[in-house]
Amino acid sequence: MAGLAGRMSTVIKAKISKLLDRAEDPGETLEYGYQKQVELLQNVKKGIADVVTSKKRLQMQSEKMEQQIVKLDTQARQALSQNREDLARAALERKALTQNELQSLDQQVAELEKQQQQLTENEQKMRQKIEAFRTKKEVIKAQYSAAEAQVQISEAASGVGEQMADLGLAIQRAEEKTENMRARGQAVEELEKAGTFEDLTQLEGGGSDQIDRELAQLTSGQQVDDELAKMKAEIGAGGDKPALEK
Amino acid sequence: MIVRVSGEGQFRLPDEDATRLNELDNEAVAAAEGGDEPGFRELWGQMLALVEADGEPLADDELVESDVILPPRDISFEEARAEFSGEGLIPD
Repeated sequence: MAGLAGRMSTVIKAKISKLLDRAEDPGETLEYGYQKQVELLQNVKKGIADVVTSKKRLQMQSEKMEQQIVKLDTQARQALSQNREDLARAALERKALTQNELQSLDQQVAELEKQQQQLTENEQKMRQKIEAFRTKKEVIKAQYSAAEAQVQISEAASGVGEQMADLGLAIQRAEEKTENMRARGQAVEELEKAGTFEDLTQLEGGGSDQIDRELAQLTSGQQVDDELAKMKAEIGAGGDKPALEK
Repeated sequence: MIVRVSGEGQFRLPDEDATRLNELDNEAVAAAEGGDEPGFRELWGQMLALVEADGEPLADDELVESDVILPPRDISFEEARAEFSGEGLIPD
């Protein structure tokens, strides 16, 4: 049984059987094994709670992006009505970038939601396995000789250990995914901060040339061109100055 | 034969399925090692479908070890290339 999942559960199972070998009295071993399982279940619950927290953070990030999109749109219109097509274009480029990121973020949040649900179901399974172990432990203590008990204990403990290892792996995967998403979201936030549109004069100084070039590369030029043309038509219809050449 | 789909749970499959699963496993290794992602996805889908079609989910209070542990359903191709190598999930 090779493989990531296989390897991982082998390690955990080895740890558990080492624990079980240490105690000489099977009764004591069983109690210890049970306590250990209950302890690990607490860790699992904490792990799931962490995933939920990260997901909420991503949802907040998504809300912020939505606000940013509205803001950039407004700024593009303002710039255009002042005949600053260059600034309007820069704002629309940022808007397109943010929209792309928002879409992928929302998709990932939905995926995380699904994962969280699965983790919770598995935690429930884990709980039932531990409960089964608790029952079995009493049966073993009451009915088996020491030698027979060892075999029974190790079988039962392996079954629980595998479930535990698998749940641990699932939580780890969910956490890794969340981390990746957060890092991406932060990168976008930093881009926005570095070339924020709060202060239009900053852009005139040409200080954000580098960022603008990056943004232009990232966003689809056609999308921005189309939107700019649309906006110009809307504003131009009521304006007294002719629209600038594209 | 007890098969676990990582992240989902354990299933009891008829022993006859071991041969078929092993075949698929070997083919999946060949696809993964050859960098053939579509081919791998197809075989991986067949492995999961076999478990779904023939497998009976184990009761939550059954304490048994799995004979085979399949990776998570949403495994990436990069992960798969590490998993499906050598003798595969099921040693021959």
